[in-house]
Amino acid sequence: MRAFSYERPTQVAQAAHAATTHPDASYIGGGTNLLDLMKLDVAQPAHLVDVNRLPMERIELLNDGSLRIGALVRNSTLAADPHVRRHHAVLSRALLSGATAQLRNKATTAGNLLQRTRCYYFTDVSKACNKRVPGSGCEAIGGYNRIHAILGASASCIATHPSDMAVAMLALDAVVETDRRHIPIAELHRLPGDTPQIDNTLQPGELIVAVRLPPPVPSVQLYRKVRDRASYAFAAVSVAALIQARHGRIELARLAFGGVAHRPWRNHAAEQLLVGHAPSHALFERVADSVVTGAAGQGSNDYKIPLLRRTLVATLRQATEG
Amino acid sequence: MQSQTPIRPSLFDSPAGPNPLDQEHLLGRGIARVDGPLKVSGRAPYAYEVHDPSNTALVGVLVLSTVAQGSIRTLDAVAAEHAPGVRLVLTHRNMQRQGGPASEHCKPQMADATVRQNGQVVALVVADSFEQANAAAAMVAVAYDVKPALTDLAAGVPQATVPPPRSPSQPVDTNVGDFAQGFAAAAVKIDATYTTPHQAHAMMEPHASMAVWDGDHLTLHTSHQMLSTCAQTLASTLLLRPDQVRVLSPYIGGGFGSKLVTYADAILSATAARQLGRPVKIALTRPQVFGQTTHRTATIQRVRLGADADGTLRAIGHESWSGNQQGQTFYETAANQTRLLYAAHDRMTAHRQVRLDLPLASSMRAPGEAVGLLALECAMDELAERLRMDPVALRVRNDTQYDPEKGPSRPFSSRRLTECLHEGAARFGWEKRSPVPGQRREGQWLVGMGMASAIRNVALKPSNAEATLDGRGILTVGTAMTDIGTGTYTILTQIAGEMLGLPPERVVMQLGDTDLPEASGSGGSFGAASSGSAVYYACAQLRIALARRAGFDPARSRFENGQIIQDGRAVSLASLAGAQGIAATGGIKPGDLLKKYAQASFGAHFAEVGVDADTGEVRVRRMLGVFGIGRVLNASTARSQAIGGMIFGIGAALMEDVVPDRRHGDFVNHDLAEYHVPVHADVPAVEAYFVEEVDPIANPLKAKGVGELGICGAGAAVANAIYNASGVRIRDYPMTLDKVLAGLPDQA
Ligand SMILES: Cc1cc2nc3c(=O)[nH]c(=O)nc-3n(C[C@H](O)[C@H](O)[C@H](O)COP(=O)(O)OP(=O)(O)OC[C@H]3O[C@@H](n4cnc5c(N)ncnc54)[C@H](O)[C@@H]3O)c2cc1C
Ligand code: SF4
Repeated sequence: MRAFSYERPTQVAQAAHAATTHPDASYIGGGTNLLDLMKLDVAQPAHLVDVNRLPMERIELLNDGSLRIGALVRNSTLAADPHVRRHHAVLSRALLSGATAQLRNKATTAGNLLQRTRCYYFTDVSKACNKRVPGSGCEAIGGYNRIHAILGASASCIATHPSDMAVAMLALDAVVETDRRHIPIAELHRLPGDTPQIDNTLQPGELIVAVRLPPPVPSVQLYRKVRDRASYAFAAVSVAALIQARHGRIELARLAFGGVAHRPWRNHAAEQLLVGHAPSHALFERVADSVVTGAAGQGSNDYKIPLLRRTLVATLRQATEG
Repeated sequence: MQSQTPIRPSLFDSPAGPNPLDQEHLLGRGIARVDGPLKVSGRAPYAYEVHDPSNTALVGVLVLSTVAQGSIRTLDAVAAEHAPGVRLVLTHRNMQRQGGPASEHCKPQMADATVRQNGQVVALVVADSFEQANAAAAMVAVAYDVKPALTDLAAGVPQATVPPPRSPSQPVDTNVGDFAQGFAAAAVKIDATYTTPHQAHAMMEPHASMAVWDGDHLTLHTSHQMLSTCAQTLASTLLLRPDQVRVLSPYIGGGFGSKLVTYADAILSATAARQLGRPVKIALTRPQVFGQTTHRTATIQRVRLGADADGTLRAIGHESWSGNQQGQTFYETAANQTRLLYAAHDRMTAHRQVRLDLPLASSMRAPGEAVGLLALECAMDELAERLRMDPVALRVRNDTQYDPEKGPSRPFSSRRLTECLHEGAARFGWEKRSPVPGQRREGQWLVGMGMASAIRNVALKPSNAEATLDGRGILTVGTAMTDIGTGTYTILTQIAGEMLGLPPERVVMQLGDTDLPEASGSGGSFGAASSGSAVYYACAQLRIALARRAGFDPARSRFENGQIIQDGRAVSLASLAGAQGIAATGGIKPGDLLKKYAQASFGAHFAEVGVDADTGEVRVRRMLGVFGIGRVLNASTARSQAIGGMIFGIGAALMEDVVPDRRHGDFVNHDLAEYHVPVHADVPAVEAYFVEEVDPIANPLKAKGVGELGICGAGAAVANAIYNASGVRIRDYPMTLDKVLAGLPDQA
C-alpha cells in the first residue's frame, strides 16, 4: 500500500469534482475490493474520495413501478428488501450467493458493479498483466486459468467479471445512473479487446449514484451459481433466468451469465429461441448450444463450456417445471 | 533459565500399571478450554500482538524472490533506503555473518545471490511503522538471471531418486514375501494410480516474530510448534550458544506442521534487531506464507492389491513419488501406513523423490497417511466392488492384530479397527447403501455413501515438566510444550489436577517458553502423550514429596479435594506446601516399547455425499468417524481434533489444491479466497465417536494420538461416496466439479 490522501465529501457534486480534478483519485465505497487491491499494490490511488457520506443510501419505489437503488445501498440491505425479494427475486438470490455475510454488510451497490477481476495474475504484481500494466502481456494465457473467460475474451486478456449481482441486474435490464447520465447496464462493462485495462465505460471521475430497475417482470426468477465450494466462492459459471410461461408456451425469457466473460454476459438470440415454444429438453439443449457457440477454453477452464451448457439446461428445466 | 536441579526423566520401557489417572475424576471430561476466555476476549497475545514494553519496536517487511531458479543480477535498494521511516535494508550484500550450510536446523537468509526458489527472501526493509516498511519494500527493485525450473512432479518421475531414510524405523522401501508372485497369482487384482496435489496448511495465524535483545541474549516471540528446534535453529544460524536464546510461543493460531520449521521472520527479526539495537517484528503476509513457508507436496501413488475371491488380501503394493527441492531429505511417506494396515503375505512399499524447484515441501497434518490413505483406501473400495463385497467386510476380513511386515512377534499395543468399522457402520446406517453406484436420486442430487479405514502412527518423545505447589494450594505446572489450538493447556491441566486431586481452577499451566523444562512440542500426534506423560511424572514426584512431608506412605495415600488422605487422616496440600512451596520435576524417556509393539490409532470413516447430476458439484451431507485413540483425555477437545481432521479430509477430497505455475515455480492461488478450504456450508453434520480403549503400552496416560487421525482416510471415504453416488471414479484429487462433470452422463 502506498501513501494516499483522503476526503469524505457530503455532496455528489463535491465528490465528482474531487475525483475528476485530483490525479489518480479513486472512489471508495465499502472498500472490500479496493483496499485489498491497494494492500497488494495492484491499485495505487493517490487520493481516495470516500462516498459513504453522500446521500445515496436509499431504495425508492418510483411512481412508474421502477426501483431506484442508491449506490451506497449495502448488498445485504438490498438482498433483504421486501420489494426486491418479491418482484426482483433473481437479484436477491444473486446477492445472497455472493461473498459472505460480513462482506455483504460492507459492500455497496456501486462498488459491487465495479469490483475488479479475481484473475490470479492481475492480483500478483510480480506477474505480467495487461489489465494492470498495459502492454506487459497476459500470464493467464498459457498459465493456470481455471477461473477465466470462455466467451468474448481477447488475445490481450481472458479475465472474467466476478460479480453475481451484476449478472442479475443485467437480466433485469437495469440502468446505471451516474452524476452525469444514464447507462444501460449492458453498456457499462466492456469486453477486453486490446485495452483490458479499461473495465467499463465510465468517464474519469464519473460517480455512480444509483441503479434503476425497470418495473417488475412477472416471471419465475432463478439465479443458479455453480461453485467449487458451498459458500464463499466466486461463480465457476452462473445463470440468471427470468422465464414467463403461459398455456404451456414460453412468452418471455431473459438469460444472463456470470463467470464466463469479461462482463456479465447476455445472449438475446438464445433468449429468442425460447419465446413462443413449449419447454422441452431438446429446446433447452438448442438454446444452450447457441449460448456456447464461439466459446473457447484456455486449458484449465475448458470445463466451463460443458458446465455452462448443462447449468443453463438445468436452470431452464427448473424454471419451467410445474 | 533452566531449572536448577537437572530433571531425571523416567524410562518408559514397560507397560504402565494402575495409576491415579485411571480414576478419571477430571481426566476425560469435556471441560471447556482453560485458555478459552483469554482467547475469545482477545487477551491471549499472539506473536505479532506482543508489545515490547520499551515501545521501541520497529517493523520489518520481507521482499521475496519472484523467480524459482537463477540469481540476483541487480538489486537496487537506494529508493527504499531513503524512503520515510526506513532504518535498515538488508540484502545479500550487507548481511551479517551467519551459520551454515543451510539444513533443517540452520536457516541462513540472503547468504548469497543465488535464487533457489520463488518466495526466498531477497531483502528485508525495517522502518518505524509497518506502512512505511511496506511502502519501501515495494521500492526494492530486483532483476534476476533466470534459469529453467522443474515444477512438474509427473514430468520428473523418470529422474526420481531414492531418498535417504527418514529414520531407522522408517525405511524407504520394504519388501516382504514375494510381491510380484503373490500379485500375479491373485484371483482379483487392482492396479491403480492416484494423484494428490500440493496442499497448503492454511492455518489462521500467519507466521510472525518479534526479536528483543538484551546484551547478547535474544528473546524471540514467535509462533512455533516445537520450541527447542526453533531455539536450536536460531542459535546455529545466528552463531549463538543455545543458552543465549529464549523462545516464547504461548499462543499459536494453528500450525498443522507448518510451524515446525523456522523461517525468515524469526531469523531476520533477530538479525535486524541485533544490528539496530531495537526490537524488530516481522509478520508474513498471507501470500508470502505460501511461498516462504512449507506445503505438503503433491504425490503420485500406484497401489496394487491382489486378493482371493473371498477378499483375503494376498499381495499389497504401494509406491509413491513426491517432490522437494534439491538436497532436501523430506519426502512424503505416503506408503508407510500400508505396511501396517492390512494383512497380506506378499507386500512391497517404495518411496521415490522428484526434484521440484518449488517452495519447500514438509510435514502437513498426518504427513504420509493423510495422502497415502487417499490412494490405498480408494483402491480398497475399487477392490471391494470388483469382489462384489461390502467395503466394510473387506476391511474386517483383512484386519490383523500384529505388524503384517514383522509377524506375530510384533503385536499391536491396541487395535480396535474391526470394532470401529462395525460400530461406525451401525451408527451411520451403512446397510442402506446400495452396492451398485448411481442408484439413489433426490431431485438433482445423486446420493451415495462411502467409507474408509483410518490409521495414524503413535509416537512418544522425551519431555519434561516441573510442578510447584504454593501455600495457597495453587499448583503451577510448567513445560516448554506448545498449544497450537489443540487444547494442550486444558488436557495438561486435567492431568495435573487428576494427579493432585485439584480442580482445574487450582492449576496454572505454563507453556510456550524455552526457560521451562524441554518438551516434545506439538507435531506428529505425539504432543499430548509426551508432554502429558512429563506432567504425570512431575506430579507423581510431587505426590511423593507431599506424602513424605505429611509423614504418609506415598503408595497408600490418596489425593482428593486439595488434601492428601491416608487411613482416614487428611492434611491440606496448601498447609503442606507452606510459604516456601514445594516443587518437583519429572519427565519421560521413551524406551523400546515402540520397537516391541506396533502402535497406532485406528478408526473408520463414513461419508454420505450428494453429487449434482447437472453440474458435478459435490456436497458432503454427513460424516461419521469412529476412533480408537486409547484413553480420551478430554471428550470435547478430542472430538474437536477428530472432526477438525475430518474436515481437512473433506478439503483434501473436494477442493484443496495449491497450484504451481509451471513458468514461475510459485503457487498461483496464494490466498484464502482462491486456495479453498471447507467453509461452514461445506461442513454439515460431522460426528466423531470414540470406542472404549486404554493402552498401557503407549504411555502412562494410556492414551494414543488423536490430532491427525481424523484426517487419515476421511478424504477417501468422501471419494468413495462420490463413486457410490454417481458412478464416477476419480483418481486425481481433489475431486472438483470439472472432474466429476467429465464422467457424468448426458442430461436427460
Ligand atoms: C473473499 C471475497 C469473496 C467474494 N465473493 C464474492 C462473490 O462470491 N460474488 C460476488 O459478486 N462478489 C464477491 N466478492 C466481491 C464483493 O462483492 C465486492 O468486493 C464488493 O461488492 C465491492 O463493493 P465495495 O463497496 O466494497 O467496493 P469498493 O472496494 O469500495 O470499490 C470497488 C470499486 O468501485 C469503485 N466505486 C465504489 N463506489 C463507487 C461509486 N459510487 N461510483 C463510482 N465508483 C465507485 C471504487 O473506486 C472501486 O474501484 C467477494 C469479495 C471478497 C473479498
Ligand atoms: S487475463 Fe487479463 S487480468 Fe488476467 S493476467 Fe491476463 S490481462 Fe491480466
